[in-house]
Amino acid sequence: MSKLHVQLTVNGREIEALAEPRMLLIHFLREQLNLTGPHIGCDTSHCGACTVDLDGKSVKSCTMFVAQADGAEIRTIEGMAQPDGTLHVLQEMFREYHGLQCGFCTPGMITRAYRLLQENPNPSDEEIRFGISGNLCRCTGYQNIVVAIRAAADQLNAAKEAAE
Amino acid sequence: MISGSFEYHRPKSLDEAVGLLDQHGDDARVVAGGHSLIPMMKLRMAMLDHLIDLQAIDGLKGVREEGGNLLIGAMTTQSELIADPTLAAKCPIMAETALQIADPQVRYCGTIGGNVANGDPGNDMPALMQALDATYIAQGPNGTREIAARVFYEAVFFTALQDNEIITAVRIPTPPDGHGHAYEKQKRKIGDYATAAAAVLLTMSGGRCATAAIALTNVGDTPLYAEDAAAALIGTAVDAAAIDRAVALAEGIASPAADARGPVDFRTKLAGVMVRRAIARALERAA
Ligand SMILES: Cc1cc2nc3c(=O)[nH]c(=O)nc-3n(C[C@H](O)[C@H](O)[C@H](O)COP(=O)(O)OP(=O)(O)OC[C@H]3O[C@@H](n4cnc5c(N)ncnc54)[C@H](O)[C@@H]3O)c2cc1C
Ligand code: FES
Ligand code: FES
Repeated sequence: MSKLHVQLTVNGREIEALAEPRMLLIHFLREQLNLTGPHIGCDTSHCGACTVDLDGKSVKSCTMFVAQADGAEIRTIEGMAQPDGTLHVLQEMFREYHGLQCGFCTPGMITRAYRLLQENPNPSDEEIRFGISGNLCRCTGYQNIVVAIRAAADQLNAAKEAAE
Repeated sequence: MISGSFEYHRPKSLDEAVGLLDQHGDDARVVAGGHSLIPMMKLRMAMLDHLIDLQAIDGLKGVREEGGNLLIGAMTTQSELIADPTLAAKCPIMAETALQIADPQVRYCGTIGGNVANGDPGNDMPALMQALDATYIAQGPNGTREIAARVFYEAVFFTALQDNEIITAVRIPTPPDGHGHAYEKQKRKIGDYATAAAAVLLTMSGGRCATAAIALTNVGDTPLYAEDAAAALIGTAVDAAAIDRAVALAEGIASPAADARGPVDFRTKLAGVMVRRAIARALERAA
């Protein structure tokens, strides 16, 4: 089958590439673009380790062909920090509050939490738990992940208030 | 897991998409959100030569009310259903059900059209569509055709839809103000299909049940429209005896498979429990 010419924006960078239509987005990101932040945990749409932000939605990139993402705007964990290396508040708070142990789920967790806070800047703990229910963590028991996301929300809201 | 090879199409119009389906027949499939189809392709349970992506076709998304009906575009995603103000006001069981499907990531992608067309008895929307007496609007090479949800499902992955037809919208008669409703689903964990689930809609008038509809998810080869169970409520005060009768009639039509979700007897009983809870909650909500 012929390769497809795809064009997409990843972490603010315009990408043009040739890829087999059946190539999964996760494989495209990891193997062709060398963005190995998004992980492959289950390969069956359950764990959320492969979550990326695509056109304003959290998407499991193991369940999308790169062909479908042609034209899309994507953000991965690599696109969360500032270009100068300053971490995103979510990353800071995951570090501060031990929101990770082995770190395998973390890129997906933070990318998902980013979209959750975009949609609901002031979530309750229950809303956070429901909002990250597509992301599995085998280490933390989730408690500190919820605390970290809550802390990031508070900081982002305080910064927004200060700016107003 | 890597799917088989295919040629990818992204038609800009419905006619073009139907044309491609018609041309390639059995070798082609449409993809909407991909969250049922792609897992099947990765497992090579679905093999196809042409994948026709509906994402670029205008006019397949959104909810509007029109002459006593709610029209929902097939490409409307589950998360869009949850956020939709018209549905929240007129048909809140849509969001209640959509919120019990999978997880946030899946709901951003999964569409109503894909969920009802898929033909997997585990899907939650089909039973709800039967309870709401929805109609699917399908476009094929010879024009448009309407199929009632109550007669759409034939067997596991077999529906009344032809290979060359695309569902463009779902039409639901707007439920009357003050209707009671509930979708009760038991699952092992978030992201799991139902062990059993039930949709109930009813209206009350002068302390008596005026109308009722009940349908069951994942306790048969197809969603099950429980007509007799609902009839057992109509005209009653929805008292304990009427509810017992409805539950027994619903259990009577359930024929679940034994699988990791439990043995046949358990899932049959559970279907009854879901019906019982859904009736109670619907009754509470009915004005
Ligand atoms: C982890 C996980 C958990 C899930 N849990 C649940 C659950 O609890 N309940 C539930 O209901 N679903 C569940 N799903 C399935 C999910 O809701 C799917 O998104 C949905 O079933 C199909 O919608 P889709 O838009 O993704 O369709 P696709 O996967 O794109 O398509 C599914 C099928 O329908 C056909 N199709 C799609 N659109 C149309 C159309 N407009 N006209 C004609 N044919 C069409 C396709 O050709 C294909 O055969 C789960 C999925 C995953 C990955
Ligand atoms: S690798 Fe995509 S959901 Fe687990
Ligand atoms: S930190 Fe190890 S899986 Fe979450």
